Amino acid sequence: MSTNLADPQRLATPPTFQSVSVNRRIKNGIATALVWGAFLIAIIPLVWVLYTVIQRGFPVILDGDWWQKSMSGLLARQQGGGAYHAIYGTLVQGLVCAVISVPIGIMVAIYLVEYGGRSRLSKATTFMVDILTGVPSIVAALFVYTVWITTFGLSRSALAVSLALVLLMVPVIVRTTEEMLKIVPDELREASYALGIPKWKTIAKIVIPTALSGILTGIMLALARVMGETAPVLVLAAYAPFINYNLFDGPMASLPLMMVNERNNPTAAGFDRIWGAAITLVVLITLFNLLATVISRALAPKTK
Amino acid sequence: MNDPVAALRPAGSGDTGAERGAAAAPTASEAPIPPTPEAPVTTKAPHVRPGDRIFRGLATGSGVFIVVLIGAIGLFLILQAIPSLGLDNVNFLTSREWNTTDPTNLRFGILDLTLVTVVVAVVALLIAMPIALGIALFLTQYAPRNLARPFAYVIDLLAAVPSIVFGLWGLFVLGPVLFPFSEWLIANLGWIPIFAKGNVNVQLGGTIFTAGIVVAVMILPIITAVSREVFERTPTMHVEGAIALGATKWEVVRTTVLPFGKAGYVSASMLGLGRALGETIAVAIILSTATSSFGWSLFDGGSTFASKIALAAPEFNDARSAGAYIAAGLVLFVLTFVVNAIARSIVAGHKEYE
Repeated sequence: MSTNLADPQRLATPPTFQSVSVNRRIKNGIATALVWGAFLIAIIPLVWVLYTVIQRGFPVILDGDWWQKSMSGLLARQQGGGAYHAIYGTLVQGLVCAVISVPIGIMVAIYLVEYGGRSRLSKATTFMVDILTGVPSIVAALFVYTVWITTFGLSRSALAVSLALVLLMVPVIVRTTEEMLKIVPDELREASYALGIPKWKTIAKIVIPTALSGILTGIMLALARVMGETAPVLVLAAYAPFINYNLFDGPMASLPLMMVNERNNPTAAGFDRIWGAAITLVVLITLFNLLATVISRALAPKTK
Repeated sequence: MNDPVAALRPAGSGDTGAERGAAAAPTASEAPIPPTPEAPVTTKAPHVRPGDRIFRGLATGSGVFIVVLIGAIGLFLILQAIPSLGLDNVNFLTSREWNTTDPTNLRFGILDLTLVTVVVAVVALLIAMPIALGIALFLTQYAPRNLARPFAYVIDLLAAVPSIVFGLWGLFVLGPVLFPFSEWLIANLGWIPIFAKGNVNVQLGGTIFTAGIVVAVMILPIITAVSREVFERTPTMHVEGAIALGATKWEVVRTTVLPFGKAGYVSASMLGLGRALGETIAVAIILSTATSSFGWSLFDGGSTFASKIALAAPEFNDARSAGAYIAAGLVLFVLTFVVNAIARSIVAGHKEYE
């Protein structure tokens, strides 16, 4: 480089745009490579996990019985049977959880955006929603255990699982709904007030419908998240290899619980059941994610 | 995604609902249309419609409910942990023992659980932090514009995979793959305590090392998502200023994006730490239970708070034994509460992130 500077043929006035020094170019190149590398590294486990699940589970779910039968009456080493009972459990626990969480979550978001302002309660609520987002699922499960089972003396049931899932679902719904309500233009609210429409009706008929697609997307994503939760079902529900429609009593299977349960089964049948349940769960979650995308596309407010 | 809409809003649209409502009333009375009979009444003595009162009550009640809920979680865990803590025959904080099979002679301490929990979380964080930083920079600064969104979606997919699937993958697939590497580390770097031969069979892969890697993968999406959101808010003026001074891409990032987003990145990492501390089922599946206590090696087994509770939960039958696990759950709750609160307070101190 120093020879460059001493070059006798060098121009008397330096060019307007000087070339970037080698040192800086190397640093830039390294940084670019590292940043791309970080992204590619993160893709590896994703592809690897999905490949494992598909490769090991796909043959299992191709069997029609998998979707129509339970594990009732089968021995640990016996092939066959299905996950119908566990799919029912996962869906029903998720839906009951959604039925409880959605109104609470949306009302909290409405409070934060429309009523709370900068009051102390509003700040406390925002903070607590943040904290609730970070509450580990096992702690949520233990909390429901202490209330439901030891304090009220009720038995382990699917409903208890749903209640624990509510704790995990509400903060997600609050966050997404809050974001959606915030981007509803104020002009819409003001136009409604100007027509003499009460605030609650403005919220219910103008604000919520405008934000609806985003809210529903958030609900679907939250639902997909809680369906894969294992800790609450482990603490609050016992596994049943047969179908149990009763939400309030008795053991009920769910896909995560089925996987945990079959993990102790060293036979080939157990292997099939674990990965069959895993791919079924991934497929269900993917479906709910896709549904979220479809809803957000179909219901998105017309901007023009 | 929210920015374009936010930009369209008039200045001062950040006003709160209450202020907005107050502003609407005078506007109505100034309108050229003759005011309706109720209008003057509304301005003088505020008459609240029953629908409004009910709706407001419901919304406020829900807000209160959330605050009460967190209090209730703490309260119930404390109330149910106290009796068992009283029956504990060893020191709860400093004992490494955990034996709750005999409710009349409870011996449980959380030292081992705390160490394993913290070490798993720290290993996960050390792996995830640089990678998440790279991904966040990649998605906001380096990726081609039209591909940034799909790429971000791919990273979010990692969060959609259930933790139990990650756990099974870690145990059955990643563990065996890591075995030769672990063996090599133990053989060649075994004199460093953290690479020493641990208290479980390395061949089974149920070590803190495997668990740490899997948890790192699981906390990548949250750290990435939060950092990305902050990096995206780097003022365009700063970036353009750096470019105008002839900075290379990396110099732009180093002089504008990183200083602006540092606090957000630290906060994101704290959130990731909170997740890692509470990660339950993946760790429960992967970690082999050890008979001897934790010896500071990455190739040790053991239990974290969450995995200990999860594995014992189906057999909760005696309130006194269950109380021991509830006490452990309480410690975990306090731990994650503190970590999350710190994470939020870091961001709260930076108004430019709003």
